Amino acid sequence: MNWTGILSDGVRAGLGINAAIYALAAVGLNVQFGYAGLWNFGQAGFLLVGGYGTAIAVSSWGLWLPWAVLVGIAASILLGLLLGVPTLRLRGDYLAIVTIAAAEILRIVVNSTKVQSVTGGPQGIGGFANWFFDHNPIARGRYGFGTITYDQRQLWVTLVTWVLVALASVLVALLVHSPWGRVVRAIREDEDAVRSLGKNVYSYKMQALLLGGAIGGVAGIMLVFDQQFIQPDLFQSAITFYAFAALILGGTARILGPILGAIAFWFLVEGADSFLGNAVDHNFLGVGHLVDPTQIGTFRFVLVGLVIMLLVIFRPQGFLGSRQEVMLGEQ
Amino acid sequence: MSNSSDAVPDPILVVESVVRRFDGLVAVSVDHLAVHRHTITALIGPNGAGKTTLFNVLTGFDRADAGSWKFDGVDVSGWPAYRLARQGMVRTFQLTKALAGLTVLDNMLLGASGQSGERIVVAPFRFRWRAEERATHERALALLDDFGLSARQRDLAATLSGGQRKLLEMARALMVEPKLVMLDEPMAGVNPALVQSLLHHVQRLRDEGRTVVFVEHDMDVVMSISDRVVCMAEGRVIADGTPEEVVDNQAVVDAYLGQRHARAR
Repeated sequence: MNWTGILSDGVRAGLGINAAIYALAAVGLNVQFGYAGLWNFGQAGFLLVGGYGTAIAVSSWGLWLPWAVLVGIAASILLGLLLGVPTLRLRGDYLAIVTIAAAEILRIVVNSTKVQSVTGGPQGIGGFANWFFDHNPIARGRYGFGTITYDQRQLWVTLVTWVLVALASVLVALLVHSPWGRVVRAIREDEDAVRSLGKNVYSYKMQALLLGGAIGGVAGIMLVFDQQFIQPDLFQSAITFYAFAALILGGTARILGPILGAIAFWFLVEGADSFLGNAVDHNFLGVGHLVDPTQIGTFRFVLVGLVIMLLVIFRPQGFLGSRQEVMLGEQ
Repeated sequence: MSNSSDAVPDPILVVESVVRRFDGLVAVSVDHLAVHRHTITALIGPNGAGKTTLFNVLTGFDRADAGSWKFDGVDVSGWPAYRLARQGMVRTFQLTKALAGLTVLDNMLLGASGQSGERIVVAPFRFRWRAEERATHERALALLDDFGLSARQRDLAATLSGGQRKLLEMARALMVEPKLVMLDEPMAGVNPALVQSLLHHVQRLRDEGRTVVFVEHDMDVVMSISDRVVCMAEGRVIADGTPEEVVDNQAVVDAYLGQRHARAR
């Protein structure tokens, strides 16, 4: 068993582009779910419209990429408005149902051959992110420490995404530690009490939904930049649930919760993958009899699920959360 | 029906023909009701009389099927709850709504109206709202001191006792600087030792120039602090007058107080 190899595979993924993208998506969910108590089960949909908005603005309208990025963000804000207007006056579960359905509908719609001339249908769109990689200031080569290295392209997109994670987190930190954040956290506790104190609850919920959705849109844009390609299968609803897993792992309503959670989540996923690969090769603990190499990709999630279950049982508040706050929710 | 309230020169709240139905059942049907400014008005009546429903309708937490009401000279029929609160009509709830996951102090700070730091475009810039927040802070601490909660300011509201939560809810409502405070069963479930303190605070609200309407079942409480009493039964106002007038009213005795109370008087 190559334990250092397993560890370095985990660390590489934990610091890598996927962790950064999921961290960003989870920062958005943290605003919505962690602070405002909104059940957005369609974060994948916000990533989708962010990504498609940007890609289409370049490929169909010929926009300069930075403008196209703004189109992508605007598209995710628009999606938030569309979903929020009819649902935010209703009980919380309506938002959950509508967001998860909308994310699936969007994925099916962009896949449709009827709109293939715009979205590329199942073939998708490529080549829209050239400007981003043309402006990579990092010289050709491999960078990193020990066995954990990234090439100049991976490093560029990963660094930019982590910087965006940092910027989004600073903005969220400033907001939640302000009177605005106090109103939003109070809404999570009891909407009617907040209403009775003269606050327009609907407006605050909408602001939280749009802010979290816009951050999700940016995550979607970085996802398709990394792929240099966009197609519907990139936006499976699993994205939403992985982002939720990362958020809960790290701790909700904590600034660093989604970041730490995304790092841990991808460390676990790739670490489990590497561990299983090694275990099958060496028939470690008889794993070779249980799993064949083609099943590793699926089986690793059994291990990840097990770890998350143990965490939720023994540390329901996640790494950084407050146990007291989590237990209050049970009353 | 008593109409003594028609003589009021300056009512703060006037209700006209308000009706609320639930699937054909008429929960509230109030032809006329006026609340005198700078008084304490008790709303009494048997369970199911529509007291809380009337509260909910008037404060924007439920809609009326018909009717109108004026608050401080402004027709506020059908306004949403948050606008009514900003207008100066603030309520508390029968089941206390202390925001359990917020500290006692944050509960108080939340109550202050018109904070610029509550606007998302201003909120990230602390220097824009720091001075205002400090002033709000001082006001909150003074009120917490008044209500005997200042020692608990850093604790989560969840850790307060039932009576302390009622006190916190009342103090928090005052942060809004209301003209009219509507208290839905402020004494319910409160430790008897705290009842006197709550009563004292209710009386102080009036003495500070506010108007109080409260729902209450304990007739001793009602008789001791109310200036006016309104009795509801089956959705209607069946009596409206001074405490003495209302307890002697035969309709009130029949519908609510019962023979025992009537004999005792």
